[in-house]
Amino acid sequence: MAPKSKYTTVSIPVTLQDRIEKLISKKTGFKSVSDYVTYVLREVVAMHETKEIPEPFTSEDVAEIKERLTALGYL
Amino acid sequence: MPSVPHGGRLVSIEQVEQTPEKAKDMLEGQKITVPYETRVTIFNIANSVFSPLCGFMNLADYENVLENMRLVDDTPWTIPLLLHVPQDFRADPGDLISLVDDHSQPVATIECEQVYDISRKEFAMKVFGTEDEAHPGVAKIYSSTGHILAGKLQKVAKFSNNPFEDCTLVPKETRVLFNEKGWKDIIAFQTRNAPHIGHEYVQKTALSFADGLFINPVLGKKKSGDFTDQAIVDSYRTLTKNYYPKNSVVLSVLHYEMQYAGPKEAIMHAIMRKNFGCTHIAIGRDHAGVGNYYGPYAAHDIFKEFPDLGIQAIFMREFFYCNKCGGIANEKICPHAETDRLTFSGTKLRKMFLSGQTPPKEFMRPEVSQVILDSKNAFVE
Repeated sequence: MAPKSKYTTVSIPVTLQDRIEKLISKKTGFKSVSDYVTYVLREVVAMHETKEIPEPFTSEDVAEIKERLTALGYL
Repeated sequence: MPSVPHGGRLVSIEQVEQTPEKAKDMLEGQKITVPYETRVTIFNIANSVFSPLCGFMNLADYENVLENMRLVDDTPWTIPLLLHVPQDFRADPGDLISLVDDHSQPVATIECEQVYDISRKEFAMKVFGTEDEAHPGVAKIYSSTGHILAGKLQKVAKFSNNPFEDCTLVPKETRVLFNEKGWKDIIAFQTRNAPHIGHEYVQKTALSFADGLFINPVLGKKKSGDFTDQAIVDSYRTLTKNYYPKNSVVLSVLHYEMQYAGPKEAIMHAIMRKNFGCTHIAIGRDHAGVGNYYGPYAAHDIFKEFPDLGIQAIFMREFFYCNKCGGIANEKICPHAETDRLTFSGTKLRKMFLSGQTPPKEFMRPEVSQVILDSKNAFVE
């Protein structure tokens, strides 16, 4: 049997928790405040992470690839 | 601009020619013979189609994927990538293992991280949602050993004898290509069929909102009655040449064995196309499904669980020809009854081709039909 995912506790203001509870009670598909917070954080964190990723190729790589693409008729 | 690679980086594994001199050191140590489909998977790992994976999954990733549809570092991943080895295989962490083909030629070397066993029933239930052996994915996992070798690939032999070499691009190539074309929004279209008019409308509808369309047919082991690889490639070449603006479409094939895991496979299809640089993927009716195991739009719903997938799904309804509309429509835009609609059934098409008939032009472009009719083996036996 595979283990359940590990969880930790993050504090949020009670007022925010109340707002989220009210929001997710309107058939949003979220089962709990934790589900909602996890969803939103994954979206935001991924957005920030992708901004920091450098171009994966050197100019030599690009020249070599363009040569093959040209030979195959793609360029 | 092409999408960032899944997990943030493109994997790069040393690849050498499959010649006795260059691959000599790949035959040292224990050897395991792997089937053609595993070789294709290794080619894909080495060429970053499965980034960020650089080998076969360890137990921790395997369990997390089954339970939470994510790798242990929280990266979305829905189908475990496993290397099944003979039941009596033993190795210690750090051992270098040679993977060879059925002619004892080197395929790759892998550094053993772990050897473990899985429950194939649990795999079947959690990946395919069924234990029914009539499901091709379930039948495959039941026929495997369930004894798993995990580890990173160290060196990979280049994929020789690829009959579709001239239309096989890998992610680093498509990324450069998309940049050269100046495409920012790139739609991927996954297919395992020759194109009928319904496919063409899905692609062109999606393309209307993007800069470019990446048609990426899957080639490889399929089930009986499916179109052969050659028929798929020839028919798509004909369609794109005759009916698509040259600078809006790229056709390249993907060597990959379909799992028929429905919604979970739709996510994997999206991840692979994200690695090719696509920003969007068209997801149609019964995507990656088989039989009646999954709801017709189950693959649409699963995307809601991945806000961090990094590739946007475009959900498409099924297209059909409507006699009353007098053209192609879908259920969102056509008010008429089902009796007025001609649906694009693959079974119907196959029957027509097998009896030598040309499908009506409302069903398939005449040039595409002709390519299939001219083909010696258009269908897998």
